[in-house]
Amino acid sequence: MRTLLVFALLSSTLPALAGEGDVRLKDAPGRELVAANCSMCHSLDYIQMNSPFLDHKGWEASVNKMIKAMGAPVAEADVPKIVEYLASQYGK
Amino acid sequence: MKTRRDFLKVSAGGLLLAGGARWVEFAIAANDSLPSGTIESAQLGSLPGKLPLIKKSFRPPNFETPVAYFNEAFTPNNAFFVRYHLADIPQIDAAQWKLAIAGESLDKPLELTYENLMRDFETVEVAAVCMCSGNRRGLSQPHVPGVQWGHGAIGNAKWRGVRLRDLLNKAGLKKDAVEIVLGGADGPVLDKTPDFVKSIPAWKAMDENTLVAFAMNGEKLPHWNGFPARIVVPGWTATYWMKHVTSISAISQPFKGFWMNPAYRIPKGKFPVIDRFISQETDANTPITEMVVNSLITSPDNGKRVRQGEAVTVAGVAWDGGYGIATVEVSEDEGKIWQTAQLGADLGRYSWRQWSHRFTPARPGRRAVLARATNRAGATQTFELIFNPAGYHNNVVQRVEIEAS
Repeated sequence: MRTLLVFALLSSTLPALAGEGDVRLKDAPGRELVAANCSMCHSLDYIQMNSPFLDHKGWEASVNKMIKAMGAPVAEADVPKIVEYLASQYGK
Repeated sequence: MKTRRDFLKVSAGGLLLAGGARWVEFAIAANDSLPSGTIESAQLGSLPGKLPLIKKSFRPPNFETPVAYFNEAFTPNNAFFVRYHLADIPQIDAAQWKLAIAGESLDKPLELTYENLMRDFETVEVAAVCMCSGNRRGLSQPHVPGVQWGHGAIGNAKWRGVRLRDLLNKAGLKKDAVEIVLGGADGPVLDKTPDFVKSIPAWKAMDENTLVAFAMNGEKLPHWNGFPARIVVPGWTATYWMKHVTSISAISQPFKGFWMNPAYRIPKGKFPVIDRFISQETDANTPITEMVVNSLITSPDNGKRVRQGEAVTVAGVAWDGGYGIATVEVSEDEGKIWQTAQLGADLGRYSWRQWSHRFTPARPGRRAVLARATNRAGATQTFELIFNPAGYHNNVVQRVEIEAS
């Protein structure tokens, strides 16, 4: 990361350091499901940024907000798997 | 041991700051209290037309200004923070852009072009702080979800444009208008996601300082800050400063929408704010309105080493909701004794005020330097966080440590 940072900072012609394609979520069951559902509307760094301070209930509330308030079309059966991944990999 | 701070410290003098090399440190001071995932996922990244800023999220883009830029009275446009809720952000051709002024509480709806806006009304300029409601959310304890801003979701600029009230008067604003609803060209990716629409009280829309701005610091608005025109609501947090504004509607009922309620709410009675948004109040909460009095130490960086017996200048900025800064006090001894800092030029009551204080550490060792601003309404900063679920209004007195040897 340090090399990358220095490289980007020294190369003023580079438009950007990296893009959201470089965001890598932790490898664990549910990762693909999370990536597919969450990245419809936002980059996956939102998950990293909001860690690790939410517990299972906190992540469940966040996922439900995305579905109920933001209209994310997440299949009902996938919700527990998504919450489980977020709570176990990015929870407190 | 290599600390996180060392790891993130990057030499970027020539690129980031005109005027010589210096360390850009984005794990400053209280940033050590940001969630660890926030620090790990942050990086310096550029959006087109912007200098490297602290990336919080790529899409929608949320980028924070490194504190070093706040050593200037006005924040450069290309270093100004970027904040979006929704990811569909069109590039707007000013020649095609139109601003609709309509609604049930107007007699003569209008549609303005960019040229109309620039030529048909009196042009005015106001210096004002633009601060995201969630600035410093990332420092909330306990942490609360949302964009984990440190100190940099803020900037000070000279906004030039026309008075919103001139547009509303020309459109025949009726006496029954309660709120003015503001919409922008950016929107959600999914149809089901609530579009970002905000309202302000009619009285605030009619304030002589509330603008439809088309220029910032003497230049066209940057794309990422709302080109071709944005609303400027001096004193109030930036949630109302609608970017890429395309519609202004006057209505006689409180506007209902996700971004007015439940979003952007503060508990009632917890904060010493004067401006109320009565048509939107509920028994439990109320929309965020004006900024609370606050200050930021911009220099020296946290952890700075100085020579014992050599003078150190502590400097920063202070702002509030438009009452004006009365005093800034600095403590060199963890808050036991406070000394009055010297205030910089008064650039207007909605601008932030620069301040500085020079002192000479008499003894070696680490010490915390604190700064506390008080406004002309008599409000001051708190020592303990007034917790609220969205992490707003964090004006806890900041600590910067220096080490004399």
